[in-house]
Amino acid sequence: MNAPMKAAPAPVKKLRVATTSLAGCFGCHMSILDIDERLLKLLDLVEFDRSPLTDIKHCGPCDLGIIEGGLCNAENVHVLREFRKNCKIILALGACAINGGLPAQRNHLDLRDVLEEVYQTEHLLGRGGIPNDPELPLPLSKVHPIHEVVKVDYFLPGCPPPADAIWKLLTDLLAGRTPALGHGLLHYD
Amino acid sequence: MNATNTFQLDGEEIPFAPGQTIIQAAAAHGAYIPHLCWHPDFSPHGSCKLCTVKVNGRFGSACTMEAQPGMEVENRTAELDDKRRTLLQMFFVEGNHFCPSCEKSGNCVLQATAYELKMMSPHFDMFYPDRPVDASHPDILLDFNRCIMCSLCVTASREVDGKNVFAMGGRGILGRRIHINSESGRLGDTDFAATDRAASICPVGVILHKRKGFAVPIGERTYDLAPISAQVKETRS
Amino acid sequence: MSDTDVIDAVVDRHRRDGTRLMQILREIQEQLGWLSPATLTRVAAAVGWPRAMVSGTASFYSFFHTRPRGKYCVLWSDNITDRMLGNADLMEAMCKKLWLEPGRVSEDGLVSVNTTSCTGMCDQGPALLVNYRAITRMTPSRVGEMVGLIRDQTPVAEWPAEWFAVDDNIRRKDILLANDLVPGQALSAALERGPEKMLAAVKDARLRGRGGAGFSTGLKWEACRNAAGSGTAPARYVVCNADEGEPGTFKDRVLLTSYAYLVFEGMSIAGFVVGAKKGLLYLRGEYRYLLEPLESTLAARRKNNLLGKNILGTDFEFHIEIHLGAGAYVCGEESALIESLEGKPGRPRIRPPFPVTSGYLGQPTTVNNVETLAASCLIAAHGGEWYAQHGTEKSTGTKILSVSGDCERPGIYEYPYGVSVRQVLEDCGATDSQAVQNSGPSGVCVAEDEFGRRIAFEDLPTAGAFMVFDETRDMFEVARNFAHFFAHESCGFCTPCRVGTTLVRNMMDKIARNHGSPYDIDELFKLHRLMQGASHCGLGNSACNPVFDTLNKFRPAYERRLKSLDYEPAFDLDAALSQARQMTGRDDAGAHFAANSEDEAKA
Repeated sequence: MNAPMKAAPAPVKKLRVATTSLAGCFGCHMSILDIDERLLKLLDLVEFDRSPLTDIKHCGPCDLGIIEGGLCNAENVHVLREFRKNCKIILALGACAINGGLPAQRNHLDLRDVLEEVYQTEHLLGRGGIPNDPELPLPLSKVHPIHEVVKVDYFLPGCPPPADAIWKLLTDLLAGRTPALGHGLLHYD
Repeated sequence: MNATNTFQLDGEEIPFAPGQTIIQAAAAHGAYIPHLCWHPDFSPHGSCKLCTVKVNGRFGSACTMEAQPGMEVENRTAELDDKRRTLLQMFFVEGNHFCPSCEKSGNCVLQATAYELKMMSPHFDMFYPDRPVDASHPDILLDFNRCIMCSLCVTASREVDGKNVFAMGGRGILGRRIHINSESGRLGDTDFAATDRAASICPVGVILHKRKGFAVPIGERTYDLAPISAQVKETRS
Repeated sequence: MSDTDVIDAVVDRHRRDGTRLMQILREIQEQLGWLSPATLTRVAAAVGWPRAMVSGTASFYSFFHTRPRGKYCVLWSDNITDRMLGNADLMEAMCKKLWLEPGRVSEDGLVSVNTTSCTGMCDQGPALLVNYRAITRMTPSRVGEMVGLIRDQTPVAEWPAEWFAVDDNIRRKDILLANDLVPGQALSAALERGPEKMLAAVKDARLRGRGGAGFSTGLKWEACRNAAGSGTAPARYVVCNADEGEPGTFKDRVLLTSYAYLVFEGMSIAGFVVGAKKGLLYLRGEYRYLLEPLESTLAARRKNNLLGKNILGTDFEFHIEIHLGAGAYVCGEESALIESLEGKPGRPRIRPPFPVTSGYLGQPTTVNNVETLAASCLIAAHGGEWYAQHGTEKSTGTKILSVSGDCERPGIYEYPYGVSVRQVLEDCGATDSQAVQNSGPSGVCVAEDEFGRRIAFEDLPTAGAFMVFDETRDMFEVARNFAHFFAHESCGFCTPCRVGTTLVRNMMDKIARNHGSPYDIDELFKLHRLMQGASHCGLGNSACNPVFDTLNKFRPAYERRLKSLDYEPAFDLDAALSQARQMTGRDDAGAHFAANSEDEAKA
């Protein structure tokens, strides 16, 4: 609070933020937590909707949706669409959301071969057959980064993105600035 | 050098010797023009098009255009950097560039250039091509998933090593690839050596020395230390 | 004869000269069927080239096979004009009858069926190539008969001769096609003038290149003539560009069929002017059937002292060789063509230096279009001033148009420059036309309100293609066909063209599948802006022209296919689950995506 206030400030409306991990490893979420004590500052500015941090199961109207991970199954797509429908801004967080990442390494294999290898042929795994429980989401034939399915507004690469980059990007967004990352904050590994 | 032999690069006066290309003169002066397939030790290839500049209002490749007195060259303008970013995105979708698992990460010219140009995503739909890995050589691994078709290995093998281990062949997005100088198409069946210049010329992670991956810790790698635009002089050999 | 004997005989006939690699590979393939790894190794050793370079060339050209191909290799010409004549249905019927998937060789190795870029038979399509021999006017009954002949393994040489008939279809003649020159007349007039005055006549005629770009022929010849050769054996060369690959163009086919003497005479005149002893005619592989007739025309000219040493009793010496291409559109670009002549992949060179100073084998070379060289004969015979009286001020002489598409009388039309699009449409019997693709995919799409425009360098320059589309045609599909063409033909050298042509093709396919949104249209414009400025050669620079033109002039053809105003994925999400459904046997609601994302959100 640098500028002197003319009148008593109206209570600042907190921005509502949702986060999720799709086909990811939660490493990007760990990196969000790595902003450490700045989390407290962040909580002054935002409130969390659906997120592994809150355990809220469905996303309501939000200002910002943060997506970790790409799309490898039907549920990933449902969740992504729920976020896109409810969030004014979608942020793709980390390598997997942006280019498919590690899960996309299966893309040069045929899904049929993958399922057969894992559930039928493989010596120790292959006993139970290919699971067909309706509770389980079906895998997509290929893994996709999220921008191939919905419009994505911002991207923050990294595996995971460093906490400082996440902090910089979030504070830029909250302040209404176009995010800009300097040397060292933008990396793909 | 003649005092009149200068041109303007983004308003900065750059001296040049007759016969020098725009990028040669700029590099000698420490000025960075983004590039991937150009290397100061070799004749220009002109394929990556990252060095596209505007010369007196017209597009041209800085690596192939000779500098002329009084030229006005636009380089790091928003318009040109925007085009370069799109070209980088083209590279990232046509190949399989997964930096977290690549030994070259941190020392990769493609990656460092993408950082320099603030490429935040591949933007286009990924192609996820099927490209082979060749581990047949005792000391060298070839991972063509990361090839950007710069031909530096072709040139280095021909001009420095005198071996012609590599040649560019095939056509178009599906066909164009490095051909290896053996009937099997395997590197292990050629006279390629880890000490060849071609073994250390690859700007990306295609030609890798076995048993030497991830040798430098994160934070100390070439482009961890400073952005590629700040290392113009250092990269001149 | 064993395979190695065949290979050795061919390379020996070509003096083990690596620059003749294209001809060596083609001749070996004509005898052995394909180019095996062992063949390439043996050829490389014989010519003394690195094997990787030989395989690099072999893998560049569509007509070279580095994997076994069917005994019968059927390639359907897939230009938009062939499409409009129903080639897709015919090809499907052929594949069904042969139990074959397009692009695959049958299990017994008998036959493969696929598409190829325009074969230059647009006035008599649907056309195809069988073992690289041109066949025209395909019909359902011909498909049936052809399948029978293939099944019975009847040699192609024994197939009905009328299938291989290629008509000239000359509909309008002007000064070039109606010339009354006899062989030798123009050349002897040129010899009489002497090289300087002949050059001056070409300049007086203000002759410009007929390949489309319109560079002054006189200036080109002068630059070549003034350029010093290099090395121990300096020389100059004349190259005739008969790599007529621009879809919808077939006028060179007719010139080389019925006016070949004029083309060779033009090459000789060019050689005389620039001081060359050798000319090379680069004939596109699709016109393989013209090789023997052209060779006999050359033989007749040698016999009549119009080629060889002491031509017509002077000390002028000139020889002509024919090189065949092997299915690569980019070789129409003059420096790519020269690379191909030297046995390499057809990759456009970095320019400068231009071919006139450093071309074939690094020597000064003038590369001219077939029609340009033929026209130079008229100038030799009648003078530059006479020639300049025809056409317009800036576009002298005449232009041969290859008219195809929706018209009564497709074929060859020669007009003085300055003719209006409307006049051509009237003459060829086109009614209810909505557009003309002038100068092929890399040219301009002319809409009805522009039919008053004129064919001339100052208005609508052209390499000769004139494809007519009536109002029943879908101009989006026209542009999509061209987008596929460019993606197939991009040499892959520079990034914007290699990746850009594929991105454009994918986006056009996305829109065609009704998965598009305004987002995709913006992306097409963005790619156009990038590729136009940053590409290495004309192919990439013009590859977006048809998309750009139709987006501007036929926008509703795109818009009516768009799925929504919001971003849409390029693929069908529900179809992306089909493999998993199949593997698990599930078909419950959770095993599907709702028809659209709106329903999805409600669900």
